[in-house]
Amino acid sequence: MFEDVSIGDELPELVKHPDNRQLVMYAGASQDFVAIHYDLNVAKEAGHPNVIIHGALKSAWLGELVTGWIGSEGQLLELDVSYRAIDFPGDITTCVGKITDTRIEDGVGLVEIEIGLRNSEGAISTPGRALVSLPTRYAI
Amino acid sequence: MTTSASPDNTVISEKLRSFIDLESDAVTYDIERHAVERFACAIGDPNPLYTNIEFAESSSHGSLIAPPTFFRSLLPGDYPQPYPEPFAHILDGGSKYRYNERVRVGDRITVVRKITDLFEKHGRMGTMLFKISEISYTNQEGRLVATQTTTTITYGTGEKDSGVDDH
Repeated sequence: MFEDVSIGDELPELVKHPDNRQLVMYAGASQDFVAIHYDLNVAKEAGHPNVIIHGALKSAWLGELVTGWIGSEGQLLELDVSYRAIDFPGDITTCVGKITDTRIEDGVGLVEIEIGLRNSEGAISTPGRALVSLPTRYAI
Repeated sequence: MTTSASPDNTVISEKLRSFIDLESDAVTYDIERHAVERFACAIGDPNPLYTNIEFAESSSHGSLIAPPTFFRSLLPGDYPQPYPEPFAHILDGGSKYRYNERVRVGDRITVVRKITDLFEKHGRMGTMLFKISEISYTNQEGRLVATQTTTTITYGTGEKDSGVDDH
């Protein structure tokens, strides 16, 4: 509920263990067949030690982080993600989120969340933000 | 160090610039239950709103819905003429989604893409072309359900990456 959320609260972390199989599944499901996501030779020619995770798959995980937290009664309104650094399958990646603002607009309880994908070295490779609405306990 | 390109060495030709605000051919997709299931499985999201009919129908959504980035599987159509991509390699810079409502299984979603901005930067990897595109998703009742604004970065010469001309 909107009333239960405060600025500074953190979302429960969502840990992902991406592997090559998931990248191939995602390539098929999204029809993104850019070869750097499944062909090791292409990835190495581009200077990477391994195939790289689709940025849009990282977006999907951050979407899951937020929609899982708001539950079936909350609404996702905005999701922004930028791919600042590359991530590789085999690494453990953790989706994190923190409430940066809560406000009521036109009777709707809005919550602004800073989100990001943290790699195993502790760096945020993929920062972003989300705006959600949550049901209110009392009529506003 | 990144600097803006000067006008006399730009890769953004008049032809390239003519693609700004040009709409792609509209493509309409039937949102099928199994496509949503396959996408949810691929991203590893166990949310029952995407796969469990009874759960989804008893929620405020009233039916199965699609994950928020399911739009990635609804590929836009072609531009009226081939986009003259000057570079060989592609990077996805990011996406910004705006949601008016969720996509439901059974919806028919029409996808239209247009380029809203083109600019270039010079950096470590040479000249990089930034393409900002806005993709609109409209349902069978004519309501705009969402938009996705994408940043696509292309750079480098040589053999073209597979898919570089499709973004």
